Amino acid sequence: MEYAIVLLPLISSIISGFFGKKIGDKYCLLLASTLVGISAILSLIIFYKVLTEGYFVNSLFFNWISSGNFNVNWSIYIDPLTSVMLVVVTLISTIIHFYSIGYMSHDPHKPRFIAYLSLFTFAMLTLVTADNFLQLFFGWEGVGLCSYLLIGFWYRKPSANAAAIKAFLVNRVGDFGFAIGIFLIFFFYGTVNYDEVFQQTPLLIQKEIIFLGIEFNLITLICLLLFIGAMGKSAQIFLHTWLPDAMEGPTPVSALIHAATMVTAGVFLVIRCSPIFEYSQIALNVVTVVGMSTAFFAATIALVQNDIKKIVAYSTCSQLGYMFLAAGIGAYNVAIFHLFTHAFFKALLFLGSGCVIHSFHEKQDIRLMGGVWKKIPYTYALMIIGTLALTGFPLLSGYYSKDAIIEFAYLKNNAIGYYGASVGIFTALLTSIYSWRLIFKTFHGKYNNKESNLNSIKESPLIMLIPSCLLAIGAIFAGFAFKEIFIGSNSTEFWGSSILFLNAIQNNHPPLWFISITPVIVIMSIPFSYYLFVKNEKIINNFIDKNQFLYNFLLKKWYFDELYNFIFVEPVKKIGLFFWRKGDINTIDRYGPDGLSKIIKNISDKAVSFQSGHLYHYAFVMLVGLSILLTYLILY
Amino acid sequence: MNFPILSAIIFIPLIGAIFVLLTRGNLKNTEKNSKYVAIFSTLVNFFLSVYLWYLFDTTTSDFQFIEEREWINGFINFQLGIDGISILFILLTTFIAPICVFSGISSIKFKIKEFLIAILLMETLMLGVFCSLDLVIFYLFFEGGLIPMFLIIGIWGGPNRVYSAFKFFLFTLLGSVLMLIAIISIYWITGTTDVIKLLDLRIPQEYQYLLWLAFFSSFAVKMPMWPVHTWLPDAHVEAPTPGSVILAAILLKMAGYGFIRFSLGLFPVASDYFTYLIFTLSVIAIIYTSLVALMQDDMKKLIAYSSVAHMGFVTIGIFSLTKQGLEGSIIQMISHGFISAALFLCVGVLYDRFQSRMISSYGGLVHVMPKYALIFMIFSLAALGLPGTSGFVGEFLILVGVFQVSIIVAVLASLGIILAAAYMLWLYRRVVFGRVTNSDLKNMKDLNKTELYIFSSLVILVIFFGFYPDPLFKTVDISVNNLIENYQINLNYHLVQKGN
Repeated sequence: MEYAIVLLPLISSIISGFFGKKIGDKYCLLLASTLVGISAILSLIIFYKVLTEGYFVNSLFFNWISSGNFNVNWSIYIDPLTSVMLVVVTLISTIIHFYSIGYMSHDPHKPRFIAYLSLFTFAMLTLVTADNFLQLFFGWEGVGLCSYLLIGFWYRKPSANAAAIKAFLVNRVGDFGFAIGIFLIFFFYGTVNYDEVFQQTPLLIQKEIIFLGIEFNLITLICLLLFIGAMGKSAQIFLHTWLPDAMEGPTPVSALIHAATMVTAGVFLVIRCSPIFEYSQIALNVVTVVGMSTAFFAATIALVQNDIKKIVAYSTCSQLGYMFLAAGIGAYNVAIFHLFTHAFFKALLFLGSGCVIHSFHEKQDIRLMGGVWKKIPYTYALMIIGTLALTGFPLLSGYYSKDAIIEFAYLKNNAIGYYGASVGIFTALLTSIYSWRLIFKTFHGKYNNKESNLNSIKESPLIMLIPSCLLAIGAIFAGFAFKEIFIGSNSTEFWGSSILFLNAIQNNHPPLWFISITPVIVIMSIPFSYYLFVKNEKIINNFIDKNQFLYNFLLKKWYFDELYNFIFVEPVKKIGLFFWRKGDINTIDRYGPDGLSKIIKNISDKAVSFQSGHLYHYAFVMLVGLSILLTYLILY
Repeated sequence: MNFPILSAIIFIPLIGAIFVLLTRGNLKNTEKNSKYVAIFSTLVNFFLSVYLWYLFDTTTSDFQFIEEREWINGFINFQLGIDGISILFILLTTFIAPICVFSGISSIKFKIKEFLIAILLMETLMLGVFCSLDLVIFYLFFEGGLIPMFLIIGIWGGPNRVYSAFKFFLFTLLGSVLMLIAIISIYWITGTTDVIKLLDLRIPQEYQYLLWLAFFSSFAVKMPMWPVHTWLPDAHVEAPTPGSVILAAILLKMAGYGFIRFSLGLFPVASDYFTYLIFTLSVIAIIYTSLVALMQDDMKKLIAYSSVAHMGFVTIGIFSLTKQGLEGSIIQMISHGFISAALFLCVGVLYDRFQSRMISSYGGLVHVMPKYALIFMIFSLAALGLPGTSGFVGEFLILVGVFQVSIIVAVLASLGIILAAAYMLWLYRRVVFGRVTNSDLKNMKDLNKTELYIFSSLVILVIFFGFYPDPLFKTVDISVNNLIENYQINLNYHLVQKGN
C-alpha cells in the first residue's frame, strides 16, 4: 500500500508524459487525477491507521548507493509526521489535478502539464517518506526540478524562463548548504540514516570542530547547514527572492507547489530533524529569528503589491516564517499544525485567485479590478473564506494554528519568546490588512477595468469551483477538527518518537488578555481596512505621497533583487569573462602553445636567413670561421 | 591456453579497419560496405565486452584474463589483463564506439571510408590502454591514440582545424615525452616494465617525486587539468561530432585511468606528497572553468569547459584516496562518458541541420523539435548533477570522500554544483526555450529514428545508473579496496624506511 502511494503518481506521470497524445487529452487528465486520487485515499487510510493503532513502517525498496560504509537505500518510512505530510501532499495534489482540468482547458499542452504535476507529487512523496538524508535530498532536488519545469511551463514568456532558472539557482544555493550538512553528518556519524543519526546525536553534543577556520559546535553547525537548505526551499529571508517570481507559472502550480507542499519542505526538514535541533539552542534561536524576520518582512511587502498572485505569494512567505518561528521555539507540533491548516487555506486562496484571474481574462493587477462581487459570488465566497482562515478569524482553521504559535512563543517565557510573540501579533495585524486590501480592491469599490466589459466577467466552471469548495471545507474545519490531535494536551502520544521535545510542552495557557489580543486585532481590522481601501482611499494616497521612499522601498521588495544582481550576478559574469579573455586566451595560450610556436617560428626564420643562396654569404661565414679557428690555434 | 578474449576485443576493430581499407569498387559500394563493416565490428565488440563482463569474477582483486607474449626478447612482454576498474572503461569504450560510427555515418560528408578507419583504429588503441599491463605497451597505445585523433580533427574538422589539431598535438606530446623518459628510467631503476611486478616492487622514494611529475605532466594534459586545458575547447570546437564524442567520452578518461593505475599504484609516496597540488589545481579548474563556461557563446566550447570542470571533480576524488572518493571518480568518469557524449551529439544534431554552433543562432527549438528538447533537457540535468541521474552519484560520492580529507576543498568544489546549474540551464534556456526568433529554424526536423535510438540508449543508462548504480559498485568494489590497501601498505613501508 505504501509503495502504491508513492508509485501511482509516477505511473500517472509516465503515462501522461509519453502516451498523453495517444490517449487523448481528456482521458489523460482524468486518468492522472484518478491515479493521484487513489494515492490520496490510501494516504488517508494510512493516516487513520497511524492515528488509531500507531501504525509504523520502515521498508527498504532496494539498494541505491553502497560504497564502503556509505550505504543508502531507497526506502519508505512511515511515522506520524510522514503520515500527516502524506495526507497534505496527496489530498491537495488530487484537488489541484482536478482543478487543472478546468484551468488549463484552453492550453494545448495539457498532458505535459499534468505529467509534471504528477511527477512533482511523486518527488514530494519520496521526500516525505525518506528514511535517510540522501533520499530526502533526491526528493528535495526532484521537487525543485518540477518547480523549475512548471514555473517555466509557458516557455514562450521570457519572464517565465527567467523566473524558472532563478528558482532553481536560488534553491541550489540552499542545497549547497544542505549537501555540506549531509557530508558533515556522514563524516561524523558514519551514516545518513535518520534513526542511526538521531540515536547518536546525544553522544556528540560536546564535539567542537574547526570549519573553514571557525570553531563550531558540531551539532549547531549541522543544524545551521541543514537550515540553509530549508531557507532556500521555504523561501526565507535572503533566499526568498525566487518565490514571488515563481508566480509566473500557472496558478494551480502556485497553489500546489508554491503554497501547500514544496515550500513547506523546509519546515518539514526542521521538524524531521527535531532530534538534532533540540540539542542546539543556538540553531533554534537562528531558526526563530529568521522565521519571525521573514514573517514580518514579507508581510510589509505584501501590503503594497498590486499583482494578486504576488500578494498571496508574499503572504505564503510570511506564513512560512510563522512555521519556522514555531519550530524555533521548540513547538514543532504547532509548526506542522500550521503547515497543515495553511495548506488548505493558502491553496484555496490561490485557487480563488485563479478563478478571479480566469474571470478577468488572465489579468492579475488588482488595481484593474473591483466591484464584481455580485458577478462572481462563488469565487467571492471562496476568497472570503480563505481570507478569514488566513487572518485567523476565530473558529476558522488559521485561528487555531496561528494563535497557537503566538501563545507558545509567549509561554516560552524568555526574551526571544516574548519578542517572537510580539512580532507574531504585529504581523497578524499586517496580514489582516493586506488580505482585506486584496479582497476589497478585487471585489468591492468601483469597476476599474477599461479593457473588458463588466458583463464579460463570468463565474468559473464547476470543475474549478468544486475542488476549491473542498479546500474551503478544509480551511474552515481543519483547525477545529485536528486541534486536539496535533497540539492538544495528549498530542505527544500521537507524535510518538517522530518529534523530539527535550523540554516538554507546557499545557497551561497564557492569561486571557493575551489570548484575546490577536482575535480582537483581526476582527477590528476588517472594518478598518474597509474604510481605508473602499470608503476613503484618499488617506492612503496622501500617506503614500508623503512617504514615497518607504512606499518604493516596499514596492521594490526591499531592493533584494537589485542588490543580488549587483553583488552576485554581474560580478560572476564579469569574472567569467575575465578568466576566459585574460586567463585562457591572453595568458595561458599566449605564453603557452602560441608563444612556443612563435618562438620556434622566429628561430627558424632566422635560421632560414642563413641559407640565403648567395655564394659570398657562405664564403664570408667560412672566412669568419676560419679566422676564429686560426686565432684560437695561435693564441692557445 | 584459453581463448584470448582481451586480444580479440582489442583487435576486432583493427581487423574491421583493415577490411574497410580493402573495400574496393565504385564509391557508393565502398561507402556502403565500409559502413556495414564498421557497424558490425563495433557492435560485435560491444557484445563481446558485455560477455567479458559476464565472465568477470568480482570476488577477486587479481588481474584477470591475463595474456602474455614475448615481444622484444627479454625486454618487453606484450602483457594484457584487467581488473574491476579497467573493465568498466572497456565497456564504456565499446559502447561509445558504435555510437561514433553511427554519428559519423550521418554527419561526415566526405572520405567516409577513411573516417571509419580512423575511428576503428582509435577504438583499438583506446582499448589497448585499458588492457595493457606493461608500461611500454601502455605508452604505445596511449600515445598512438594521438595520431588518429589528430587526423580526425585535422581532416574532418571545422574551418580553424589545423590550428586546433596542432595545439592538441603540441600539448599532449610535450606531456608524453616526459612520460616516456620516466618509463625508461623506471626500466633502468627496476629492470622491468611489467606493471604487475612493479606494483609489488617498491620504487625507492627518492625517485618517486620526479617520476610522478613526469607521469603527471602527461596525464594532466590529457585530463585536462588547469592550466593546460586550453587545447580542449579548441579541439572540441573544430572536431567533427564523432570526434568530440570520442574525445570527451573516452580520451579524457584515459588520463583518469592512468592516475588511478600508475600514479597511485607505482608512486604512493609522491602521490601523497603532491595531493594538495592536485587539489588546488582541481578546485581552480572547477570554479575557473565553470565561470568561463558561463560566458561562452559557442555551445561546444561551453560543454568542453564544463568537461574540464567535471574532470576536476574526478581528480580530487582520485587523490582523496578514500573509498567513496575513488569509486565516485570512477562512476563520474563513466557517467561523464555517457553525458558528455550525449551533449556533444545534441550539439551535433543542431549543427548537422543548421550549420551553426553559436547559441545566439538558436532559440525556441522546443516548438519545432519537441523530442530533441526533451532529450537535451535530460542530459542538461544529468550534467548539472540532478539526483536520479548517474551524474549525481559520482559527484556526490566524490564530495563525500573529499570531505573526509579536506573540508575546504569539498566546500569549494561544491560551489561548482551551483555554477553547473547556472551554465547548463542558461544554455538550455537560450537554445530551446523562448520564441522562434530565427525564421529559418522553422523548418528544422526533429530527431530521426537512428538519432532517437542512440539517445534513448544513453538516456536509459544515465537514469538506470542514477537509480541503481549497484552493478558498477559491485564491479569495482574489490579492486578499489585492494588499491587503497596496497597504497596504504606501500606508504607505511616507505614511512618506516624513512624513520630508520
